[in-house]
Amino acid sequence: MNNWISKIPEQIKLLAVVVTVIITAFLIVRPMLIPAGFGEQGHFRSGALNDAVAVQFKYAGKASCVECHDDMTDMLAGGYHKKLSCEVCHGPLAGHIDDPDENTPSFPRERTLCPVCHEYLSSRPTGFPQIVSQSHNSLKACISCHEPHDPVPPDVPSQCSACHGEISRSKAVSHHVDIECEFCHTTPELHKTSPRQYRPSKPQNREFCGQCHTKNSKHNTKAPRIDLATHETRYDCWQCHYPHLPEAR
Amino acid sequence: MKNSITSKRRDVLKTMAGFAASLLVPKVVRGEKASAKPFDWADDSIHYDPHDHKWGMGVDIDKCIGCGRCANACKIENDVPKEPFFFRTWVERYEVHENGETTIDCPNGAVDGFEKKSGDDDVLRSFFVPKLCNHCENPPCVQVCPVGATYQSADGVVLVDADYCLGCRYCIQACPYGARFLHPVTRTAEKCTFCYHRIVRGEEPACVEACPTEARIFGELDQKASPLHRFKRMNHIGVLKPALNTEPKVFYANLDMEVK
Repeated sequence: MNNWISKIPEQIKLLAVVVTVIITAFLIVRPMLIPAGFGEQGHFRSGALNDAVAVQFKYAGKASCVECHDDMTDMLAGGYHKKLSCEVCHGPLAGHIDDPDENTPSFPRERTLCPVCHEYLSSRPTGFPQIVSQSHNSLKACISCHEPHDPVPPDVPSQCSACHGEISRSKAVSHHVDIECEFCHTTPELHKTSPRQYRPSKPQNREFCGQCHTKNSKHNTKAPRIDLATHETRYDCWQCHYPHLPEAR
Repeated sequence: MKNSITSKRRDVLKTMAGFAASLLVPKVVRGEKASAKPFDWADDSIHYDPHDHKWGMGVDIDKCIGCGRCANACKIENDVPKEPFFFRTWVERYEVHENGETTIDCPNGAVDGFEKKSGDDDVLRSFFVPKLCNHCENPPCVQVCPVGATYQSADGVVLVDADYCLGCRYCIQACPYGARFLHPVTRTAEKCTFCYHRIVRGEEPACVEACPTEARIFGELDQKASPLHRFKRMNHIGVLKPALNTEPKVFYANLDMEVK
């Protein structure tokens, strides 16, 4: 027994002691450095999940509003703003549920809130109702004409411009100013409520423009004339000419 | 002859057993458990097991009107500092010009919406892109965190343990989407949590609640009856920077090739 221990060189024995001390120290210190719950749910301190859910609600959610204000939410549900959450306009109201008298909603009546969504921006999707607030009854508050909980659609065709302002402004300075929208676009009534599902028609053939623009048209003597039989026969007219501003190049 | 063959087979079996055992070693060292038990919440009103969920978000670019109500609601709900450098979600306006150039602007994260830009006559096409943490399936931020303070919960949500974060900012550098920032007061990393405090209680994230056009859809990825599943079925879907193999869980419908 003693025989093989005595054969081990002195430096190896010392090294073994050092290694043992290091391993022991590691085993003692490691649990102290690793926070409680680490590795229970994954490579993280599981108590962190409790920290993550300790945040206080600021937005109560529309379902909470319905419980007391079902008259308003019913009105909302029937109109264009049915997808709008109450707190988008009235502010975050989680506190209002706990203490309705202390934490009151805001009632925005200025002309600043509505244009956040409805001011004309070319980046906004086509068909979303937009106005140019400078030229749209610029001194009146929006709510003096529009009930925000049930905004009413504009009439067709005279008020196509309410949503399609860019097109109507272009047309206003073009030779086509006197042509009404519905002359070219047959518009289903449901286009007002579901603008994307029910789209207005477009002229489907060359003969439609040809009513005025063929060389033997009897309609309008001033309109520029072409020969439908030879003029770019593969294309519909509006694929090259912008009908709302045909002068444009 | 016969002996040598038997001993060879025994050697082979021993080696195989050794290899099989060595595969188990990392598991033992990392201390992972095969099946994690459901989480014990400090708040008794929460009945939520992270293992039963897999969250994701859908963003329909064709529906975004750039009102910035999402970014605004996010700042309020999560007490994000009001200075214009700190955002958990924000909206970018892309303008692709006729000369092929693309300009992107994002005034104050669109917290107050957008204003009309003058001189946009040469714009070929333009649209808004809401952005947030993509809650990647392979999150680079989690990989680089030296202390395990950034982690992925069992439901796929990437979160930050503020108590344990050193503020070294490795994760902020690692995130290819710029979705993280250092909180100016606590000096810890911050990011979108999918409003974790809301979703464990059955509510939607604040940005989804606030979106007027349902451009943002939140839901389960693994359940066919979820609105997100339908969103992915009905739209052409893209993700941001797919080549990085981060496997984002924020899915964009009608994503333009110019979006980075």
